[in-house]
Amino acid sequence: MDDKYKRILQSAQDLRWEVGEDFHERIMEALYTDATRIADRAVTYPDQKPRFDLDRTIDRLVTSRVWGFPLMILMLTLVFWLTISGANYPSKLIFSLLIDKVQPMLKAGAASIGMPWWLSGVLIDGAYLSTAWVVSVMLPPMAIFFPLFTLLEDFGYLPRVAFNLDHIFRRAGAHGKQALSMTMGFGCNAAGVISTRIIDSPRERLIAIITNNFSLCNGRWPTQILIATIFIGTLVPAQLAGLISAIGVVSIALLGVLLTFLVSWGLSRTILKGEVSTFNLELPPYRPPRVLQTLYTSVIDRTLIVLWRAVVFAMPAGVVIWLSANITIQGTSIAEYLINFLNPFGLLVGLNGVILVAYIVAIPANEIVIPTILMLTVLVTGASGVGAGSGVMFETQSGLATLSILTRGGWTLLTGVNLMLFSLIHNPCSTTIYTIFKETNSMKWTVIATLLPVVMGFMVTFFTAQIWRLIAGW
Amino acid sequence: MAKEEKANITEELTSAQLQADCASCPVHHAANLKKLGVDMENFDFVVALAGNPNTGKSTVFNALTGLRQHTGNWPGKTVTRAEGGFEYADKRFKLVDLPGTYSLLATSLDEEIARDFILFGQPDVTIVVVDASRLERNLNLVLQVMEITNRVVICLNLMDEVDRHNMEVDHRRLARDLGVPVVPTVARYNEGLEELLEAIHEVAIGQVEANTYHVNYRHPQLDRAVSQLMEQIQEVFPQVPNARWVALRLLDGDERIIQAVEDGELGSLTYAQTVPEDVSVNQVSQKSGFAQ
Repeated sequence: MDDKYKRILQSAQDLRWEVGEDFHERIMEALYTDATRIADRAVTYPDQKPRFDLDRTIDRLVTSRVWGFPLMILMLTLVFWLTISGANYPSKLIFSLLIDKVQPMLKAGAASIGMPWWLSGVLIDGAYLSTAWVVSVMLPPMAIFFPLFTLLEDFGYLPRVAFNLDHIFRRAGAHGKQALSMTMGFGCNAAGVISTRIIDSPRERLIAIITNNFSLCNGRWPTQILIATIFIGTLVPAQLAGLISAIGVVSIALLGVLLTFLVSWGLSRTILKGEVSTFNLELPPYRPPRVLQTLYTSVIDRTLIVLWRAVVFAMPAGVVIWLSANITIQGTSIAEYLINFLNPFGLLVGLNGVILVAYIVAIPANEIVIPTILMLTVLVTGASGVGAGSGVMFETQSGLATLSILTRGGWTLLTGVNLMLFSLIHNPCSTTIYTIFKETNSMKWTVIATLLPVVMGFMVTFFTAQIWRLIAGW
Repeated sequence: MAKEEKANITEELTSAQLQADCASCPVHHAANLKKLGVDMENFDFVVALAGNPNTGKSTVFNALTGLRQHTGNWPGKTVTRAEGGFEYADKRFKLVDLPGTYSLLATSLDEEIARDFILFGQPDVTIVVVDASRLERNLNLVLQVMEITNRVVICLNLMDEVDRHNMEVDHRRLARDLGVPVVPTVARYNEGLEELLEAIHEVAIGQVEANTYHVNYRHPQLDRAVSQLMEQIQEVFPQVPNARWVALRLLDGDERIIQAVEDGELGSLTYAQTVPEDVSVNQVSQKSGFAQ
């Protein structure tokens, strides 16, 4: 080190003794005093008391001990109900356009230019269909869900959610700001993991990172919505179906929140012990949301970007699925080998081999779980008349048709419920895992954050299956 | 802009003259804000965007760059540094959106990111976005930023909230007390952004010479220690623009700053003189209400 540099540090050290211990506080005090003085000179407050403070009135309601939580759940249910019932019709429309009309045209076109069957299979039945499926199933719900969520965000509701949840997080030994990173995770877990940077203490930040996976991300919303619609919605009369399905999805999301608390609690008492830090949560003023701008940004920035990501992953996945279903060894396709191999374990935990294979294929993107499951189910049951031959990823005209395919594949209500549970509790997608590694810079914590949820997921589905079978008696 | 030229605006002016006159007028520049998005090649100036959480930094950022950095009504959503560009008055600016912080004492990662950029990134201008309806608390950060750099523009945002609460904020008074340009805005509705751009431009090209207010610590021993240390620092690092602040941080035992002294990094801190030829220093800018 240079001598003259050392001299500066030395005299700083010496002088520190002279100025006395309390000087840090003195500096802060001076800062506050000056800020107050300057602000006082510039700001004039109104003479009379504000007649009616709307912000405070709303706050008193949405953060009240009695009404805070019910209002929160009500709001969530309303958002999902609008999403589920609103997405139905446009989904069908896009589907019939992309798959009933465009796909046969592509097939015919391929045949007329003499494309070999395997090439048109890979391109049209594999890559195109999986992409078309993802677009028709994901676009409408996202185009409704994201704007609604963004409007709530713009209005200023999210910090109130954090305010309501703060004391629970505190009791769980975690940081209150985790409520914000958790809420962020409902959009995208990778974004949620990055947003934990607002938490100062490394211990509490790790807890927030590991548990962020339990925030149901938008890649998993469509799975939840679809399975809830076809298994839970069909249990009740049609006019109630949308509402009941929405309640099903909300229950799963709330279970995720509950798991966040439980796992945070567990972590803070075992491998991540320590004190809870305090912080100030600022409740911003409510602002009238800018509706048009919100619509624009949430459709362009969130919906299309997420959709694009899904498409990018769905295309190669479609190719892989088609190939694994059409390359056979001794008359049996690779996919069937895998499914049969995983089936016993799958059934043990109340799922099946198809679901497990689909989850392996879908590690890059959770969005394509459902199309993969449907395609593989048809492959295994050999159902004729639906889809267009082996290895073709397809969607069905309605929830009921999907249900009939799935029941033919041996699905029960238990399989549906367990799929919803497993979709909530399993490893984060590859993007999130990579983000966790970048943020923590530690292989150990990345592995823990990846494997802990998988193990938990299998445990939860296993016990659900055992209890269910005990009660149902088979 | 010579005064006679303005006084001479009569019907005799040819259209060419008129155009030339127009081109030198701030309003003309504002109409010509070019949002460059992520295109940040060959920029002339670097502008940092600091402020408390949830004061509208990202909204200002988006309005100037045309980017759509996610904005939301809750504190703490910008945790990374976002960068974008804009062109104004034939100069290219790179705008860096810093995480929102209440202070720059670097006790957490976001504070450290913000402070390190303002100190080591040496932006040509630092905009501090301030919630005008919560001025007192926001001034804490403003005063801390002004300890590090005197190239500051205050964006007095959320003026609609001030109106809504029947308050009044005298931005001219504030500008006089702080000694830096203060521009009232409502970034959500693009109000005041032209004036903000003009102020940024003026500070960037050195047309406004700030006379920044420094916190008075009212602590004789401290003042003595600081000036003693300051002298030493200025001797070793003659270029350092904020020796007083560095001295204070050293006394406070700030690890990052101690390290910067140790490895001589502090010596590389000089404000690149970006003042172009032929620009006379203009101490008064009526637009931003900044006088003397």
